[in-house]
Amino acid sequence: MLEAAAFYITAAVAVLSALMVVFARNPVRAVLFLILAFFAAAGLFVLQGAEFLAMILVIVYVGAVAVLFLFVVMMLDIDFAVLKAGVTANAPIGGLVALVLAAMLALTGFAWIESETAAANLQSPTPADMTNVAALGDIIYERYVLFFQLAGLVLLVAMIGAIVLTLRHREGVKRQDMHRQVNRTREEAVEVVDVKSGEGIG
Amino acid sequence: MIEIGLGHYLTLAAILFTIGVFGIFVNRKNVIILLMCVELMLLAVNINLVAFSAHLGDLAGQVFALFILTVAAAEAAVGLAILVVFFRNRGDIAVEGANMMKG
Repeated sequence: MLEAAAFYITAAVAVLSALMVVFARNPVRAVLFLILAFFAAAGLFVLQGAEFLAMILVIVYVGAVAVLFLFVVMMLDIDFAVLKAGVTANAPIGGLVALVLAAMLALTGFAWIESETAAANLQSPTPADMTNVAALGDIIYERYVLFFQLAGLVLLVAMIGAIVLTLRHREGVKRQDMHRQVNRTREEAVEVVDVKSGEGIG
Repeated sequence: MIEIGLGHYLTLAAILFTIGVFGIFVNRKNVIILLMCVELMLLAVNINLVAFSAHLGDLAGQVFALFILTVAAAEAAVGLAILVVFFRNRGDIAVEGANMMKG
């Protein structure tokens, strides 16, 4: 009973905030509703016993991705009223596509049966006497360690890509040049001048 | 109704995915909302994976969801970087005007 109530409330929050992401007039508000949707999804994950993923969802999405969105929305100086103008014009075709997709998902959703041998084919059965985090750690660092490393590589490439894309060299900005700094000699750096008293260098 | 099973979660994920697709078709001008809709669709996929993982008692689904999360974060970072460069070059973020590279 309690589980059902929790599910329906969290699911309603998730669906409503997803709708608000699409229809919000102000993109900052859309980002905030996206955060709410991710929080609701994290609640659903906890409900299903996937605590680690729930926490990762909160940390990675709410802590990093959503804040990144927020930064970009606030950084770009855009007239959002103009961007919102085409929404009503695109609504019919969007609604049609959504309807077709929903019908397809509903058709597949009600027309499947679970194989009798499914229970025998589990790749990594959930251990009974471990917490979710410990069990996940056991298989991520052993069976899926290669994929774990590859995921790190994907993040590294994404980081380098984002930096390379947004980096720009502006004219007239003084920068540190390591090579010149290290390679300069005493001759070009200091000069001994014999200044006569009362006359100055000039 | 009271017993929450696999079907409930699959229905929710289908609804979220459909909302994401709808958002992509409706907000064709605003790339930021487009990226957020893609994130919504990936979230729906993750809900599916975790639901099956919990239903079957197989942790592999959760590992898969973890990797999807990683790729989604990378995608958001690179996508937003492209968006910033695009804005710098053009002064707006309308996707409909993004045909500069057309020959």
